[in-house]
Order: sequence, then structure tokens, then C-alpha cells
Amino acid sequence: MFETTEVTLDELKHLVSERALKGETVLLNMGPQHPSTHGVLRLLLELDGEVIINIIPDVGFLHTGIEKNMESKTYEKAAVMTDRLDYLNTTGNVLAYCLAIERLAELDVPPRAQAVRVIICELQRIASHLVWLGTHALDLAAMSVFLYCFREREAILDILEMCSGQRMMTTFFRPGGLWRDVPPDFEIAVRRFIRMFPPRIDQYHALLTKNPIFMDRTRNIGKISAEAAVDWGLSGPPLRGSGVAIDLRKTQPYSGYEQYDFDIPTGTHGDVYDRYLVRMEEMRQSLRIIQQALDKLPIGPVRSNNRKYVPPPRSELGTSMEAVIHHFKLWTEGFILPKGSVYSPVESPRGELGVYLESNGGPKPHRVHWRTPSFIHLQALPVMSRGHLVADLVGIIGSVDIVLGDADR
Amino acid sequence: MSEEHLRNTVKAIKERFEVQEAEMKYPIALLIPADKIVEVCRTLRDEFGFNFLADLTASDYWPETEPRMHAIYNLYSHSENDRIALRVPLNGDSLSLPTIESIFKAANWQERELWDMFGIHIEGHSDLRRILMPEDWVGHPLRKDYPLGYEEPQFSFNYDDIDKRKHKATYKEA
Amino acid sequence: MGIEQKLGNMGVVTTSLEQMVNWTRTSSMWPMLFGLACCAIEMMSAQAAHFDMSRFGMELMRASPRQSDLMIVAGRVTRKMAPVLRRLYDQMPDPKWVISMGDCASCGGVFNNYAIVQGVDEIVPVDVYVAGCPPRPEALIHGIITLHEKVRGEKMKQWA
Repeated sequence: MFETTEVTLDELKHLVSERALKGETVLLNMGPQHPSTHGVLRLLLELDGEVIINIIPDVGFLHTGIEKNMESKTYEKAAVMTDRLDYLNTTGNVLAYCLAIERLAELDVPPRAQAVRVIICELQRIASHLVWLGTHALDLAAMSVFLYCFREREAILDILEMCSGQRMMTTFFRPGGLWRDVPPDFEIAVRRFIRMFPPRIDQYHALLTKNPIFMDRTRNIGKISAEAAVDWGLSGPPLRGSGVAIDLRKTQPYSGYEQYDFDIPTGTHGDVYDRYLVRMEEMRQSLRIIQQALDKLPIGPVRSNNRKYVPPPRSELGTSMEAVIHHFKLWTEGFILPKGSVYSPVESPRGELGVYLESNGGPKPHRVHWRTPSFIHLQALPVMSRGHLVADLVGIIGSVDIVLGDADR
Repeated sequence: MSEEHLRNTVKAIKERFEVQEAEMKYPIALLIPADKIVEVCRTLRDEFGFNFLADLTASDYWPETEPRMHAIYNLYSHSENDRIALRVPLNGDSLSLPTIESIFKAANWQERELWDMFGIHIEGHSDLRRILMPEDWVGHPLRKDYPLGYEEPQFSFNYDDIDKRKHKATYKEA
Repeated sequence: MGIEQKLGNMGVVTTSLEQMVNWTRTSSMWPMLFGLACCAIEMMSAQAAHFDMSRFGMELMRASPRQSDLMIVAGRVTRKMAPVLRRLYDQMPDPKWVISMGDCASCGGVFNNYAIVQGVDEIVPVDVYVAGCPPRPEALIHGIITLHEKVRGEKMKQWA
């Protein structure tokens, strides 16, 4: 029923070097199912012995058609699908989508909702970096770090479950604010986490940072210069590892980030080791942001009052006729965004995650495009890995931190 | 600081290339015809500091044919912290764009995605193959006249009918 | 009974071949590393220290299909990935079982469109379906224990 059509060498002639056609170099398939590719990524390696001459990545094994599927659902229902794009940064995706809707509709978000959004997004950033660290170290054969990272991640997932009922795909942010207010135990749990986590980061540093094997496997590997990084469209930790200090939370702040004081770590060499250090430091800075946001957490409503977009609470339905009409319109047809288009970027743990949202005046989006960082970063993988060994490739893929759901959408 | 730079940029591009502003809420967009897009991108990168191609995508307006699609280029300037968008209208009978790979290398895979998802042929591209769909797929999925391809939900009244049609794999063969 | 006690004193236990073979099969069933999407992260969480899967015999996940018994299809299967999945299933030696983890693998999940195979049972025969989006690690472990019970109940004539 499912037949494979092999792509023969003729069609790829323009991609491989002359030596491959003569048989001097080997074309090796690092297939979709591989323990180190962090998902279903297929790489065609052209090898001279063990040295990599060229890489041809083949993506699309996780292409879910989310962009097209979102065009057939109303805005509120389409938010459910956004979680599943970059599945390590679920709340960040929903945040990008909600920010795009709020920018297009000029919807106000109350300050308490903004602060809680910041706290949850930074917790999600730490959770994503923990998975990155665990799998990166696992690929470089430091298996105990994997278990420690997932232990920390359980604490964060417990906090998310306390707020929304779900560990991963929460859809906690809605256009206009949050789904509901955070429970009273939220602050206690987050403060406990902030107290517990910094010694753990020191533990990871103690295990990896000065470890001679780790340093040997990551120093001077996968270098990319700052100009090349900008040219290839890198953003986030790979760009900052090469020395360019651009972070969308500082340059184009959203959701109240301008109130908080934090640093942007940058590297100098642009190799795997620098990207590792950048992400470790980012975890610490995230803790700083969470601390400040929690101290300044304002009291107030958590969702906008604009009844054209936000359904009224059930208590109002008994008393007000307009509330009933709004409730009916919003739950049957969905809210209608004014005609127009907007591009709204946020800083995900991987880089610049942007949503291009276009509305044609109806209840369903006309076009939702996700500018996902993993898709763009995979283009630069051949540039980063020419001349290295196959064993280094595993470290380079880990340091770019791709998530295939993000790359393929 | 950046407001002025952005306004100057928009004014300069409008005068030099005789283009109009397009309707876009954020960022400011200019409507550029397809033959001028390479020049505009090059000018924006070299003279005005827009050195980062943030996004390259398209939007289908079927069943209108003039324009059938808009290709949208989103540029970001690291030094001036500005964003600008360029919209290129494409008519139904000539869906093709010149490549900007020589200006921004990041456009490589994004243009391949335009070809794969929308059928916009990119002239001068080094490697125009399908990227997200399998190599032998027919059709361009993100076009509006391509069906969503969903499976009928099984309710209780049609459960057995659909069950008979559904393919169940066995141990021996798919 | 008398003879059992006598044999027990000598260190001999009698049982049926079915029970023995089924017990050994469930006690060290090695899963194949087939995490595709979000469910893979919950599978990794189930393997990690908090919800330990090693206590059920699944100490490690083998990347090679030739060395594994159980394929946990964790995540959405696209039409591009479907032939790969079938090929990997065919490469697994007998006896083999399949757990379809998550909604996308069981029935297509949230995604009902051109790109996703609506249920992995169109490609491989599935033994246990675990629902959830993604299922909690405890739910996955419950699915694995259900599979163990199913294997414990297998008869000799069903053996491949």
C-alpha cells in the first residue's frame, strides 16, 4: 500500500560533489529513525572516510499541515493546534499566536495576565533548555545529566499542571489574557522552584563545563561566524553564541518584558561550547525574570473585558442580555478579526518564533504562517559541519537545538 | 531613533523604485512588483541596514486571479531595530519570483517551501525540490483550491460503513 | 501437595511452557526508540527517574529494530514517514508488539488533514492503544502493563 520511490542519484547530482559520482566518497543515510537526530530528521552525509564533505538534510517527516488546518478552524479553536508545533515550548507558541491576534484586534491585556504569561513562558524556557541539555549530554555520552534534567522538569510540569490541568499541551493563554486565574498554590510552588533550582544548575556545570571529554568534543566544533550567522538567518542562542547580542525580549519587548532587568549572555567563538554556555546562562537569567515578575505580580483581572473577543463569565449570563448575545456569537461563530495582516515575533528558546497572521474579515484565519527557528537553522547545518567528523555531527545537531515539530510544522 | 530611520527608508524606497505602500498592520509594508524585488532587497540590505531576512511566505487569494497570491518578505534590521515588509503580488498565470538567495542565504529553504506549498516557481534557485512533502507528491497543499483531505468522522450511524472502508494493517503487509 | 513439596525441597518447580515463555517475554521487553513528536517527550519522561520504566524490564531503548521487541509509536505519523515505519516494523524480529501511544498514533488526533495518517493501525497491527495528548507517563506505563497482561495470556498456538 505504501510504496517508496527512491530518489536516485541523478536527481541529487547537483548537490553532491564530483568525488561522490566517481565513487571516491561514500553517501551515508542518517535516516529518519536515529537516536541522535532529536526527532525524525534525515541527513544524507557525503563522507570521505569519516570526514564530512557535505550534508543534505531532508525534512518533512513530521509535516503536519498545521498551517492549512488552522485555516479551517475558528481563531479560538485553532489555538489548540499551536501547542503542538514546537512541543518543547508549548506555551511560547500559544503566546506568539495570541500576541498576533491581540495586535491585529488591538485587544488590551491586563497587567496581571501579562506578568503570569511572562512567568510561565520563562518556566517553559527553562524546561525546554533542560530537555536540550539532557539530550545533548546524552548524545555526547553523559547519561546521568539526562536523568537529573528530567527530574527538574517534573517540578516545572507540576506547576503547569496545577494551573491548567495538562502537563504539556496546556493552551493556557487565550486571546485577551489567560484562560483562568492561577490557583493560590502557584506562587508557593514557583518560589519553591526558584529556591531549589540554582544549586542544580551548579550541579550541571560541575558535571559538564570543565569536563575534559566534554570540552574536547565541543570546543572548536561547529563554528559559524557572526556575519555568516546573520546571513543564514540564525537567531536565538546560535546567533548569540557567535557574538551578536540580539534578543527579542530586549529589542522588541512584548508582554511587559521591558519592566524586568536581565542580561543577554553571548559567546565569542560561535562553536558548540559557546552555545552550551549561552543556554546555561539563559536558564539563570530566566530565574531572575521569574523572581522579579513574581515580586511585582499585580492583582486584577486576567482576561480582557472586550466582549467582542472574550466570552463573558457565566455569572453575567443570568443578568445581562448583551452577555447572552455575545456568548452565543462567540461560541457559535467565533470572533471576527478586522481585515489586515500582522507579523508578530517572540523569543522562543530556539530563536525568533514569528506568526504571520492574515485575516480577511471572517471568523477563520485566512493565512497563518509560522516562522519557525528550527526550519531556518537546519539550513545552516551543512555550513557548520563541513570538515568535521561524523561523531562531531551529533554534537552540532544537539547544539543547534532543533525540534522537528517546529521545523516541519 | 528608529521611527525616523524607518520613515526615511520607506520614503527613499518609494521614490527610487516608484512603489506604493501596502496594507499591513505591522510592520509597514511596501507593494513591490516581482521584477524589482531583488533590487529592493539589495538596497535595503546594503544601504539601510536590513541585514536579516526574518520571514518569506505567501498567501493565496483564490478565486481572485489578479493577484492570485502575495509573497511577503519580512526584513529586520539588527542595527536600527526596525522591521519592514515587502509584498509582491503574483498573478494567476505567472506564479514566479526571482531568487534572493544571493542576498540572503536564509532564503534558500524558504523559497523551496514556497515552491512546495504554493507552486511559486523560483527562478535561479540552486536546488528547487520539494522540501516538506514527499518527492512524488502531486499538488501544492497550501493553495486554497487544494482540499484539506480530512477523514470523515465516524458517528454511530455510519460507524460500520466507514469501518468496512477503513484499511487495517496486518502482520504480513501494510 | 506432596509431590510439589518434595520437588520444592530439591529445588525443582513445575509450570507450563506457556507461562514460562510468556513470563520471560514480558519481563524484559525492550522498546525500540521510535519517538516522533510530543509523545516522545512523555516517553522520555517515563523512562527517566521519576516514572521509571526500568522497573518493568525496559531498561534501555534500543535504536536498532533488530534488537527490540516492542515498538511504541509515539507521535504523529505523516504520509512521508509511513513507509519508513512499515519498513522498521518488518525489520523487527518475532515476537513483536506495537503500542500506539497518544491520540495522533491511535486515530489521527487533533490533525485531520492531508498529511497525517489517521491512525497507525493502517500501517502496522497494533496491540494496545494509549489515549491522551500526550498521555501522562503513568498512562503509558498502564498501557505497558496492559500489554504485559495480554502477553501473559497468549496461548501456544498464537506464537508466531
